[in-house]
Amino acid sequence: MTTTPDTANSPRGVGGRSLTARAALWRHTRTFVPVLPFLAYVALGLGVPTYIIANLAFRTRDGHLTMHNLSVITSGGQYLLGFETSIKLAFVTALIPGVVGTLIAYAIAQSEHESFKRVIAAAAGVFANFGGVNLAFMFVAALGPAGIASGWLAHLHLNPWSHGWSLYKFSGVAVVYMYFQVPLMVLVITPALNGLRPQWREAAANLGASKWQFWRYVGLPVLMPPVLGSMFLLFGSGFSAYATTEALTGGTIALTPIQIGSILQGNVISGQENVGYALGLGMIVILLVSVIAYALLQRRTSRWLRP
Amino acid sequence: MLNKLKVATAAGVLGSLAMGLTIVGSSAGASSMTNWSTVQSVSGTKGMAALVAAAKAEGSINVITLPLQGWANYGVIMKDFTKKYGIKINDENPNGSSQDEITAVINDKGRAAAPDVLDVGTSYAVENAKLLAPYKVQTWNAIPTGTKSPTGRWFDDYGGYVSIGCDTAKVKVCPTSFAQLTNPMYKNQVGINGDPTQASAAFSAVFAASLANGGSLNNIEPGIKFFASLNKSGNFVPGGSAATAVAGTTPILIWWDYLQNGIQANLKTWKVIIPTDANYAAYYSQAITADAPHPAAARLWEEYLYSTVGQNLFLQGYARPIELASMIKAGTVNKTWLKLLPASPKGVTTYPTLPQLAKAKATVAANWASEVGAAG
Repeated sequence: MTTTPDTANSPRGVGGRSLTARAALWRHTRTFVPVLPFLAYVALGLGVPTYIIANLAFRTRDGHLTMHNLSVITSGGQYLLGFETSIKLAFVTALIPGVVGTLIAYAIAQSEHESFKRVIAAAAGVFANFGGVNLAFMFVAALGPAGIASGWLAHLHLNPWSHGWSLYKFSGVAVVYMYFQVPLMVLVITPALNGLRPQWREAAANLGASKWQFWRYVGLPVLMPPVLGSMFLLFGSGFSAYATTEALTGGTIALTPIQIGSILQGNVISGQENVGYALGLGMIVILLVSVIAYALLQRRTSRWLRP
Repeated sequence: MLNKLKVATAAGVLGSLAMGLTIVGSSAGASSMTNWSTVQSVSGTKGMAALVAAAKAEGSINVITLPLQGWANYGVIMKDFTKKYGIKINDENPNGSSQDEITAVINDKGRAAAPDVLDVGTSYAVENAKLLAPYKVQTWNAIPTGTKSPTGRWFDDYGGYVSIGCDTAKVKVCPTSFAQLTNPMYKNQVGINGDPTQASAAFSAVFAASLANGGSLNNIEPGIKFFASLNKSGNFVPGGSAATAVAGTTPILIWWDYLQNGIQANLKTWKVIIPTDANYAAYYSQAITADAPHPAAARLWEEYLYSTVGQNLFLQGYARPIELASMIKAGTVNKTWLKLLPASPKGVTTYPTLPQLAKAKATVAANWASEVGAAG
């Protein structure tokens, strides 16, 4: 496409307008073209699988349309229990590590030793990605009924096992999740804490604000959106974690990801693949709802930040 | 469930109709034009020679989810097959599950890498019968009725009993029955291999526990109740495996007798007993896929597995080959390996029918977490 004929044939004035239009188009192109690979990536990695799962969730094994799978997972029984327990576990392991992780990250951010901060960041990166069967075994060795740490605690008469706690139950799994959720929180919230400029505090102090007033009117409102956002990330991470719990509990805790695993990868439940896809769709919907809730919340809490 | 059985039966009827056609094909077996994917049996030395020649010409075979070590001796079996026929074996996803196998058959259809032969839980074979090719090995009659599809779409290969493994170094008196497992001296010691909604060994442990506690092949619920009470008393350790047995966190592990020897390899003090109050056994099934890219090699693999050599190699891996009874009768069984098996339980072993299995599986899927987990 050359520009010459266009400008040559256009009546006076119109040429100018089309030039502006072309400039605008060029501006748009410049904005969009670099994003294209990312959009393609999202479409292939997220869009296509989601479509396939959504489609198969409404099919029989022979490919006929059906609502059966959806009614199976929503009509009570183990699958509703699975969603309930999964949401509960994800909520607990987002809330507690969210608060604890923010406090730890804040403490670290106050440090003046750059090398210390870097070591912590690297360590958090490693711990946050430690999971699966290895993590389960580590906890069995440490906090299992015959674990080393359990033994130490028993000497102090604090053995959690003799106080009704069990590594193999909900509370045990929640403790294990903290192991990767707290560092994950530290990792994702640190940049936001660094954005809390010391000048703001000085300015507030100069205007006579107390420490409490600074946090109430400046610190917390600024931090709320990133803290909540990070907690939603933790929610997603806890909601979809699978191998650790399966290794620890052998299916005695009903979690949706484990149920999907039983259907799509097991040796016992045969011929229920489409119910598995329906469960997958259910997980997608729950995560989608939480993301939308977060977006609305953030719009509200960050309104004052807009110019 | 009923619908699925109907589908399976319908597929069976179609299979028997097709059989009349393909026996003609196999009689012309020597010809290089044989379409092996429709051959449903070979007969005599001449038929076998043609099969071997065609399989060798194909040069390789795709198996799936056959573990390289332990597990019914598959590692040795695969090596021996390759040595004997010069056919290369591609083993996809060695530690995968039955569902993984079915998924691969569906997703890899038409590709050169698609699985040729399967080793699956019987219900997976039955529900996916239309993906499987009918074929009857030469020793077909030695496979007991009821452990094979009448049309030859699947046929059981090896199996064993639910057994109690026990580390004599950690447990003073090893339990010999499910009833004894409730003894408080076994606190925090009893495991089953995996999650009963995923692992067939763990599911079978629940079935066996049911038989020991007043249940039947029609009713697995007493087994779930048994583990709920075991969890409540603190004897049950969820998430057991061979690794936790070796590590000592489950010094008592309920598992297939033929797989316990994998623990023995790492733990000399590991003892295997078939419980006196539960006589529960199960077999896996072989099948050839309908779209096998190496149809002759697939058929040769089955002939090999059901030959005296193949069946005895299962036995060497502590598994009970499906033709064991007839081999004992014919005197072709390897007596050294036979002696190493844990003593089989008294009485006649009865097997759940497929509807009974389906019912039990649905019950476990529905109640395992809510009853056992809640009891904790």
